[in-house]
Amino acid sequence: MTEFTPLPALVGGILIGISAVLLMATTGRVAGVSGFVSRLVPPYEDRALFMRLAFIAGIIVAPPLYIAVTQNAIDMRVATNVPLLAAAGLLVGFGSVHGSGCTSGHGVCGIARLSPRSLAATSVFMLAALATVFVMRHLVGD
Amino acid sequence: MHAIASAISGLLFGLGLVVSGLINPEKVLNFLDVVGQWDPSLALVMGPAVVTTAIGYKLVLARGRPLLVAAFHLPKVSHVDAQLLTGAAVFGVGWGLVGYCPGPAVAGLSLSSHATLIFIAAMVAGMALARTISATSKPSPANQSVAFESETRQ
Repeated sequence: MTEFTPLPALVGGILIGISAVLLMATTGRVAGVSGFVSRLVPPYEDRALFMRLAFIAGIIVAPPLYIAVTQNAIDMRVATNVPLLAAAGLLVGFGSVHGSGCTSGHGVCGIARLSPRSLAATSVFMLAALATVFVMRHLVGD
Repeated sequence: MHAIASAISGLLFGLGLVVSGLINPEKVLNFLDVVGQWDPSLALVMGPAVVTTAIGYKLVLARGRPLLVAAFHLPKVSHVDAQLLTGAAVFGVGWGLVGYCPGPAVAGLSLSSHATLIFIAAMVAGMALARTISATSKPSPANQSVAFESETRQ
């Protein structure tokens, strides 16, 4: 069980929005994490590798920094089943690159631009995710 | 300068993931579990995130160019195709299995050791596979300009 946390959700959402706007304002790029991560490995098609590394580094550093500054723990609960984690990772990795984006690229940035592609992609992945959770939690029985 | 701006942006992004709870796969799964242990919190993340970005983008794009580079790198493709929808569907299933997507997984690297590493390793493999498929489905050099543009497909 996790609690309904409207205020932190709101603040967090705005922070994500600000980060996306900052990235666009400075580097002119969409804050699409799947795109950034997938382009960290060769072959490199442009010269933005360092910029992408810096963005990813910022994300990685954020949680320990948060913990150090606020002295709060971060609630985190993730599956431990290895095949499940591997399958999920494979699908997320493949699907995000094949579909040209993920929740940040399509769901936040794309919808913010009213991109028809992002609106379609987000609808589809939301439905797929909802269906998967339904099957996993209520049909397969977890 | 690009790197500093990107790093700060990434930091804010990561902080947003932490504060909102998106970094917690259980919270994500509970958001998606509409008939079960429904935790609607993340609806209040997406909404404000999109609105903030929409307003910010409008202001930023109106300037005509970014601060540190010559031009915006916006996707040039706008039509919906089968690849987009297939990819999205596959992504959605993967997301619904564990509650992790690229951003939160990367953010979780410092927190939840093994599970996150396994997910990310598999994710990178999946990404490489998709890139390979994309590369091998480009029939001729004449399509290279399209190929470059599709690099910024969204």
